[in-house]
Amino acid sequence: MSKVEFNKESGPREVFCGLTSIVWLHRRMPDAFFLVVGSRTCAHLIQSAAGVMIFAEPRFGTAILEEKDLAGLADAHEELDRVVNDLIERRPEIKTLFLVGSCPSEVIKLDLATVAEKLNKRFLGQVRFVNYSGSGIETTFTQGEDGALKALIPLMDSSKEEKLLLVGTLANNVEDRFKKIFKNLGISNIESFPPRQSTELPKIGKNTKVLLTQPYLSDTVRDLKHRGCEIISAPFPLGIEGSTKWFLAAAKAFKISELKVHEIISPLINRAKLALDSHKEILKGKRLFLLPESQLEISLARFLHNECEMDLIEVGTPYLNKDLMKEEINLLPDNTKIVEGQHVEKQLDRVRESNPDLVVCGMGLANPLEAEGISTKWSIEMVFSPIHGIDQAADLAGLFSKPLKRNQILTSKTLVTH
Amino acid sequence: MELTLWTYEGPPHVGAMRIASSMKDIHYVLHAPQGDTYADLLFTMIERRGQRPPVTYTTFQARDLGGDTAELVKKNIKEAVERFKPKTLLVGESCTAELIQDQPGALAKGMGFDMPIVNLELPAYSKKENWGASETFYQLTRTLLKEKVSSSDKINPLRWRELGRRPKVNILGPSLLGFRCRDDVIEIQRILSEQGIDTNVIAPLGASPHDIERLIDAEINICLYQEIAEAACEWLKGNFGMEYTNTIPIGIKNTIAFINEVHEKLDLPLTNKEELENKSKLPWYSKSVDSNYLTGKRVFIFGDGTHAIAAAKIAKEELGFEVVGLGTYSREMARQVRATAKDLNVEALITNNYLEVEDAMKKAAPELVLGTQMERHSAKRLGIPCSVISTPMHVQDVPARYSPQMGWEGANVIFDDWVHPLMMGLEEHLIDMFKHDFEFVDGHQSHLGHTATQTKDFLESHEKKGKNSKEGIIWTESGRAELTKVPFFVRGKVKTNTEKYAILRGIPEISDETLYDAKAYFS
Repeated sequence: MSKVEFNKESGPREVFCGLTSIVWLHRRMPDAFFLVVGSRTCAHLIQSAAGVMIFAEPRFGTAILEEKDLAGLADAHEELDRVVNDLIERRPEIKTLFLVGSCPSEVIKLDLATVAEKLNKRFLGQVRFVNYSGSGIETTFTQGEDGALKALIPLMDSSKEEKLLLVGTLANNVEDRFKKIFKNLGISNIESFPPRQSTELPKIGKNTKVLLTQPYLSDTVRDLKHRGCEIISAPFPLGIEGSTKWFLAAAKAFKISELKVHEIISPLINRAKLALDSHKEILKGKRLFLLPESQLEISLARFLHNECEMDLIEVGTPYLNKDLMKEEINLLPDNTKIVEGQHVEKQLDRVRESNPDLVVCGMGLANPLEAEGISTKWSIEMVFSPIHGIDQAADLAGLFSKPLKRNQILTSKTLVTH
Repeated sequence: MELTLWTYEGPPHVGAMRIASSMKDIHYVLHAPQGDTYADLLFTMIERRGQRPPVTYTTFQARDLGGDTAELVKKNIKEAVERFKPKTLLVGESCTAELIQDQPGALAKGMGFDMPIVNLELPAYSKKENWGASETFYQLTRTLLKEKVSSSDKINPLRWRELGRRPKVNILGPSLLGFRCRDDVIEIQRILSEQGIDTNVIAPLGASPHDIERLIDAEINICLYQEIAEAACEWLKGNFGMEYTNTIPIGIKNTIAFINEVHEKLDLPLTNKEELENKSKLPWYSKSVDSNYLTGKRVFIFGDGTHAIAAAKIAKEELGFEVVGLGTYSREMARQVRATAKDLNVEALITNNYLEVEDAMKKAAPELVLGTQMERHSAKRLGIPCSVISTPMHVQDVPARYSPQMGWEGANVIFDDWVHPLMMGLEEHLIDMFKHDFEFVDGHQSHLGHTATQTKDFLESHEKKGKNSKEGIIWTESGRAELTKVPFFVRGKVKTNTEKYAILRGIPEISDETLYDAKAYFS
């Protein structure tokens, strides 16, 4: 392991909660509905993060707890029952309904597992109910997906068939590219989790080889291991380097020679390097500060340093699973400063002191930093854009070069904000 | 429990944030879990604010719940006070913290600070954003002024005379995330200044705690947004005898009525009465011949209480529209909206459910929708032009240009914003004349072109449904052909009316003649 500097920090945090991951999960599984059992704050959070108004009838909603629901839990269960009935009547196309716990539902100990169990009996053969928590007291942003996937694992049938299972939400076009490349490598049995339809869950077992596409799936990985799956250890497929090592790790697990992998992906690498060049020109030597939010920070830091030659000032991460991130951390340059957790005020002090060229941060902080003359990239864009794989390396770099390029065009750095 | 797919208002602590963020030298410590920090983006993204809201979130986690969350609250309060050195501290909790009952306000008061501390108790499970903003502004005003209550005489609105100066007023209610508040205050200040009235304090927008303490230097209060300022105005009236205005100066008539009300309250003679009607272009633009086509346009209105009521009055009295629907999501103002609706012979829609609003919109078959950004989306789906008149805020509602809703310039803005989505008069006249020419058949409509496909769908779906409908009404070929000749923007109404007529008369098949019979019957 490279000599990376690990730090921990605690204090006020400026991060989304796990409910936010519904924004991409509902797009991945269009036959599912995500019903948050929470407060008006939860509803407002999701609509603010997602810009929900573009949907006529979104595939997610909130059962908003009211005063009378807090008075007696029995009534709250009944009320939830009523809301679910209304919803299913209105939206008969729903195949899987996720009951998503929130901060208030966790604090009052609303037992969504029991509610789901009852509903499963009632709607047997029509709708499946699963529950997980996306609460801010337990989960950060992308961790919501971890909870949702973990909740689906018990519904997955067992199979001894040998297969490659890609785990973590991918953009559909990226998923198709990956499958094509794996087929060219000679791996033909490939499935994705989450699937594109919530009802088409992959079967898993001891010959399932799991290749993670996202770095925030600790609980899902643990449960997949319990089901006998083999977890392929690899960095994440961001950038050329990460993707190459990711393909190589999968090939090794399927006893495919390295030579074969290089033969298939070399043309892609050459093409991607060419595309990356113009971005590298802008990013090279620029100093980067990553605030914690999406949990992709370590992989992004690795890509932006190793392939785009940016200098890393600080790499924030909401939490650190050293086991899951082992391969990534090994690729980081020596003396990289990783900070787990956050004290947002102290961290912003460090941002100002270190005078970075680019800060990766949440939407709440971006404009205030820009107003101070510091270029920013919002981290939420990483989870909405197709950034995985060799073919997307230049697009990924583009997300970071664009604000810098824009800053060059608009030369005045500090402006009066209104 | 209420199923909500989308909500017009956020939780009450977001209302408190609006007050804190609008002001200077204030800090708000909010006992809340991580995730609640999303609210920052409402200010930094939607309003493009270059400063973070002055809010410290305690961001407690599940593991803190077993331990001492009260200590965590105190630690955050201490750090926030040291770092931000506020002149006044707001302390409160979001929905989750309300359940664990740490009473952060009481904790803060026990910490020995010498600054005023406002303990905000905003019930998250029964109240919403505007209520939270109103309560916060009221509590803040009360906290900063309560010591002066007994020592002050009731404020005589006529005292400016004895004091030998121009009358002074406060403008209360404008806040961040309020619809065009930024520009409304400039417009209203300008109007008052022209009338010889000085503005003492504008609050909460841009005010400091010190400014709140100075509120009583003015003679009267202008309650510009009832949703935010009425509670504070009432308290100032009850305790200092400060009168406040009720008229919201949106539209020409209400701006004039507002100026009259201010003059009456201050006993200031109004000397330029005749000039007032000519201060805005709206009256003439509305009277000019091109605007003939606006007469009787069917308009559906939904928004916050203040803007919905104002829009209804302007629509009917200043533009000559017909109001076919009126509603609000502001339950606090339901009574007033109902009264306005009654005067217009429509039933008020009071709801927080946008799907109900969309249904009502469909049934009312309007030619123009005045609503929130959500109604803009609904109207787009229905192919109806729309102008946005109310919060919830969207980045588009914070235009770069000066764009008030209130006063003279506000009336100009309203004329343009409401009329431009419609077709211009001459344009509509020509289309009516040439509607049978090939350029104007479906698929060749101008900027509302997306309705073309809808027409086709709607005729096809009708064909399917019509034959099976329980009334058994069938559209014959001639009836259908005639219907396609009706301009697309009234086609829905014509179709509904014709079917209604057919049912009434027991006519099983609708032909072109039935269409004309129905037209005559309903005209």
